[in-house]
Amino acid sequence: MAVLVVGEHDGGALKAATLSAVTAAQKIGGGVSVLLAGSGCAPVAEAAAKVAGVDRVLVADDPLYANPLAENVAKLVVSLAGGFSHLLAGADSFGKNVMPRVAALLDVAQVSDIMAVEGPKVFVRPIYAGNAMQTVEATDEKVVVTVRGTAFEPAAVEGGAAKIETVPAAGDAGLSSYVGAALSRSERPELTSARVVVSGGRGMQSGENFHLLEKLADKLGGAVGASRAAVDAGYVPNDYQVGQTGKIVAPELYVAVGISGAIQHLAGMKDSKVIVAINKDEEAPIFQVADYGIVGDLFQLVPELTQALEKPS
Amino acid sequence: MKVLVAVKRVIDANVKVRVKADNTGVELTNVKMAMNPFDEIGVEEAIRLKEAGKATEVVAVSLGGAPSQETIRTALAMGADRGIHVQTDVELQPLAVAKLLKAVIEKEQPGIVIVGKQAIDDDSNQTGQMLAGLLGWPQATFASKLNIEGEGAEVTREVDGGLETIRIKLPAIITTDLRLNEPRYASLPNIMKAKKKPIEALTPEALGVDPKPRLKTLKVVEPPKRQAGIKVKTVQELVDKLRNDAKVI
Repeated sequence: MAVLVVGEHDGGALKAATLSAVTAAQKIGGGVSVLLAGSGCAPVAEAAAKVAGVDRVLVADDPLYANPLAENVAKLVVSLAGGFSHLLAGADSFGKNVMPRVAALLDVAQVSDIMAVEGPKVFVRPIYAGNAMQTVEATDEKVVVTVRGTAFEPAAVEGGAAKIETVPAAGDAGLSSYVGAALSRSERPELTSARVVVSGGRGMQSGENFHLLEKLADKLGGAVGASRAAVDAGYVPNDYQVGQTGKIVAPELYVAVGISGAIQHLAGMKDSKVIVAINKDEEAPIFQVADYGIVGDLFQLVPELTQALEKPS
Repeated sequence: MKVLVAVKRVIDANVKVRVKADNTGVELTNVKMAMNPFDEIGVEEAIRLKEAGKATEVVAVSLGGAPSQETIRTALAMGADRGIHVQTDVELQPLAVAKLLKAVIEKEQPGIVIVGKQAIDDDSNQTGQMLAGLLGWPQATFASKLNIEGEGAEVTREVDGGLETIRIKLPAIITTDLRLNEPRYASLPNIMKAKKKPIEALTPEALGVDPKPRLKTLKVVEPPKRQAGIKVKTVQELVDKLRNDAKVI
């Protein structure tokens, strides 16, 4: 067995989703290689070579990969697939975009969003917004998998000594081109890997009111998230969304503020270690999953909580 | 230009699913079913393209058992012009769905194909990407804005960091995200009219596709249950619990 992890990076460092996929790869067994496609990505390759458990780093350094278009990255992955039994990537917007295309080109099934490895071809994954857990066995010779980041510890970024090999670019599919991006800039930790997440829902009433959550998140060293309702209402951008079809988070502490707790939202955060709910409706379903609930006006309680955290214990 | 949309019949998003006692799947008998919400967004986008004069015809395709026709009727009531039902009782997994859709697309020759980014039953998020791969077409996944301009389209996509815009050649596959549009409700007159719109019946055999599942489901179980915790009265009590009991701050 040999596993290829299709790596995602920002030009300087590997994404946490890739490090979690490396851990899943080690559970599958066999050698672990990481593929990096990028333009001027030598620093990432050196960082990837140090990741514990990685044997080889394959680098396709070409201007073609300056932005990871699915058509071109899938073409590259397929050109290298011959030597591998398993092809893995994180189940984030990069992996979800690229890997099913790879699977189809190889005429094999994909197992999406795995949460556990039970055998080389047996995986556990959530279905129905995590309201059921399905154990599936792949029957194809090659297995394509995307990995839920919160279900696997990220591999250590030190301790490895992998060999770096250059691989040729696979050519431009000529189907798509990159125009631009409007990315949220934040000094706060990334939502999916933050130790603390403070999320707001429709109860926040406006985008301005999210400043209350930002202050609380900053006090706790956390990230700010939101329910679908808050994103749909335009309070915050789409990348804040936690839930079945948004981001999956599992922080040490999740604070849900003004969020009623629809099953689609719970799907994205119910694996958090400790959940706190602040809501004025004591019947809100969020209280059924919260370890600590407090019923009341968030506009009073959130500033009060931020202030209380300033005092030493 | 013809637009083709794929629509899937799934358990209604508001139904709480129950795992079957024999752990083979989830309970589907006597459960309210509906069109996959992401596919509704796809149908809406297709109809808007027609209303804007950019599309000439909207074809809604569904695959599965006889009740899938109801889902096609819903699309027709929203405003699609005609339906295609690929009837089979075999469990359809994303790769088989993509192959069946590819066969339909080769017959229909649409200029653009819109599918939901994921179905809310198996949550796979694969079909559109697989279909694009099989056809050798571009893919614009997780779309929140679609602009057709001449021979191509500019699509804004919801990605982890925010929004990304790409340009694709047509024909292409678009997969919908939540913010692409807000689907309309079908009016009563349109529901009546939809009953007269044609639905063509096809089979996997007629399309020359083997829909056999590639993934074997070994079991389906309930996830670990989270116990409801306690209600605290004051912020100070909450801080004490988080510091001293939960030890997370």
